[in-house]
Amino acid sequence: MEVLRLKGITQEFGGLRALDSVDLTVKSGQIFGIIGPNGAGKTTLFNIITGIYVPVEGTIRFRDQDMKGLPAYKVAGMGIGRTFQNIRLFNKLSVIDNVRVGSHAINRSNFFSDLLGLPLARREEKEVLQRADELLNMVGLYEKRDEYADNLSYGEQRRLEIARALALKPTLLLLDEPAAGMNTSEKAELIDLIYHIRQEFDLTTLLVEHDMNLVMRICERIAVLDYGRKIAEGSPDQIKGDEAVISSYLGVQA
Amino acid sequence: MDAFLTQYIDAYYLRIIILIGINIILALGLNLITGVTGQLSMGHAGFMSIGAYTAAILTMQYGFPFWAALLAGACLAAFFGFLIGIPTLRLEGDYLAMVTIGFAEIIRVFFLNFEPGGKAVGLYGMPQYTTFAIVWIIVIVVILLNVRLLDSRTGRALYAIRENEIAAEAAGINTTGLKVLAFTVGAFLGGLGGGLYAHYMSYIAPQDFGFMKSIEILNMVVLGGMGSIPGTILGTIILTIAPEMLRIVADYRLLFYGGLLVILMIFRPNGLLGDVRIYDIKKRWFKKEGE
Amino acid sequence: MFLEQFLNGLTLGSTYALIALGYTMVYGIIQLINFAHGEIYMFGAFAGLLLVTVFGVNLFVALIGAMLFCMLLGVLVERVAYRPLRGKSSRLSALISAIGVSIFLSTLMALLRGTNTTRYPDIISRHTYTIGSVEISSLQIIILVVAALLMVGLEMLIQRTKIGKAMRACSQDLDASALMGINVNRVISATFAIGSSLAAAGGVMVGIYYNAVWPYMGTMAGLKAFAAAVLGGIGSIPGAMIGGLTLGVMEIMGVAYLSSSYKDAIAFAILILVLIIRPQGIMGKKLVKKV
Repeated sequence: MEVLRLKGITQEFGGLRALDSVDLTVKSGQIFGIIGPNGAGKTTLFNIITGIYVPVEGTIRFRDQDMKGLPAYKVAGMGIGRTFQNIRLFNKLSVIDNVRVGSHAINRSNFFSDLLGLPLARREEKEVLQRADELLNMVGLYEKRDEYADNLSYGEQRRLEIARALALKPTLLLLDEPAAGMNTSEKAELIDLIYHIRQEFDLTTLLVEHDMNLVMRICERIAVLDYGRKIAEGSPDQIKGDEAVISSYLGVQA
Repeated sequence: MDAFLTQYIDAYYLRIIILIGINIILALGLNLITGVTGQLSMGHAGFMSIGAYTAAILTMQYGFPFWAALLAGACLAAFFGFLIGIPTLRLEGDYLAMVTIGFAEIIRVFFLNFEPGGKAVGLYGMPQYTTFAIVWIIVIVVILLNVRLLDSRTGRALYAIRENEIAAEAAGINTTGLKVLAFTVGAFLGGLGGGLYAHYMSYIAPQDFGFMKSIEILNMVVLGGMGSIPGTILGTIILTIAPEMLRIVADYRLLFYGGLLVILMIFRPNGLLGDVRIYDIKKRWFKKEGE
Repeated sequence: MFLEQFLNGLTLGSTYALIALGYTMVYGIIQLINFAHGEIYMFGAFAGLLLVTVFGVNLFVALIGAMLFCMLLGVLVERVAYRPLRGKSSRLSALISAIGVSIFLSTLMALLRGTNTTRYPDIISRHTYTIGSVEISSLQIIILVVAALLMVGLEMLIQRTKIGKAMRACSQDLDASALMGINVNRVISATFAIGSSLAAAGGVMVGIYYNAVWPYMGTMAGLKAFAAAVLGGIGSIPGAMIGGLTLGVMEIMGVAYLSSSYKDAIAFAILILVLIIRPQGIMGKKLVKKV
């Protein structure tokens, strides 16, 4: 089943074409990688999928629903979670609160029921707390649940972001350079985590990464962007041998 | 009740306590907008004046009962808070701050020219409906509601907007909608405080609600620690009492005040109680018991 | 008649422009709304007054003297109240510190000189010239010429000198400039110095033109000049000039053709409209947020 289908995505920023007619189809359960040199448009693509930018051309279908033009918060509500290239945590909130905020999209309690402490609010609060604790446990941050988020180490912060993204029970998870700045053992743990959450939550994962080893190991399918265009797509082996990909990375004619 | 109290407390101190109560209501409203949600609002006195004038005119010229006039004033102020919130869709930070200043100035000029409001002379003769009991019952209710709100889904979402708006959106938070909500509720409290103020001082005029007033309230929020309820309360108490205590050096009071702001920002920008929230206090309290 | 009002507007607008330039330059470099800028303008007016009354100098010496004095004052303020906060605190802290300075300075002057209005002695012989059907006074001519000269001088400084280039670099990217070996602290001090001197010139001329100076004249003028800077596009120097002139004309026209009691509200209404419709102002570029 197709979870995400992008067709002809084109984006421009003040005359600069950041993305040019990009097509992408992600199937359910896949771990799909997007690679490419810096400035290729990978994060822009993420931002378009999550509704932060509206493409000037192209369509976005998520689980067979048209998503173009939907504001970011509604996109989240439809089941797309994400992490950010430059970590965006709620620094002065506790670790547990960071994850609890992540659940916002799937709860229904509104201002009045929160203010008056109605049963709906109280029940949801319990569920939210429970789920947050479970997620923290899963990423190994339970002991630090009451710390301020900006007190965590870099690797811990990345894991926290993932936990927060999972709190909204996403169908599709977008990870933007999740391994950046990690050492080998942390990366190994990250790989385990990605496999684990895919199984546990029946997730489809879309991944932007620069670490080729990690990408080749974990992704079933890879798309390569360069100067806003998709220049190749296929299995890791196919991509490894693709001439266009090699020349774009090395800058030589292969 | 006030008569009863004045037997035990000097009327002067009673007055200060009542003013503290009114200021706490005002400050908690601003705290919601600026401290919790991170939207710098420097025109809070505008909301206060709307509440004050509306309530005063309704009681004096239309014979409304006090509670109805208060409510009407607060609701009208909330409406304007709603209006101010709408531009937040496109504006942030400094620009939003300027809009709030502009708004408060326009309101002030409006009341300067508003016939039923007495124009520059203002309104006087409001019956002193505001009593110690009324103020402090309202204060306690407002505090409790704030505490509950801030430890809930909505409250966390507001904090999230302050911390990182883009990440908040990615978590499903309708940031614009909640910012408007924060302004609306904050303005409601501002108007409520204004109505209480008008019926305590028995005299209001446009210059009572100028830019300096907005800054005074902002300082109460900032001094104590933005986003923190105990912090805001502490800041309000200190900054309501201090001018009274410094009456001796009244002329130099503002000089101290200005200097204090600068020094505070340099040495303790997070305010006295930093980011302390009721949640943190509860946690620390329970920890102590466990040890 | 229309042309005369237009000229009046340009004259007033020139003074707004001079003040607005200081706001825009500081904001362009360190993203701070220098709330104390209005007080610098006020100090300039008083410095000129002092020079004229005590030392009996003519207009131009008074201008230069006031400009030099405020240069130092502006640099001092930056060193004491803003530099310690740079980089480490939130924008709100810097803003509040600026407010503190503003309160401090205006209170200081009020303590030194009392809150009443002082008149500037007549140091310019006032002739009125008639060109066609328009009357223009010698004072207006002086103001327009001086302002124009200062603005041209500023443009030349920015475009043709080394320090000007450094200022442009810093306003584009402060960190990169530092990495390129630019002494950022010095550039920022220079920015404050230049902006303050321009405001001082505006202060002296306003003092003479309206024949009045008082300690709180900086507050309103400061807010309006900021509105002008936003109108023109905050961070843009030509924008501040255009914005100031435009605001001055609109204010005078508004008073002449609409109503005079809402004079002060005009600037703020314009501010709000600009921020809602076109926040980047007349000359500003639309910023795309990088996520």
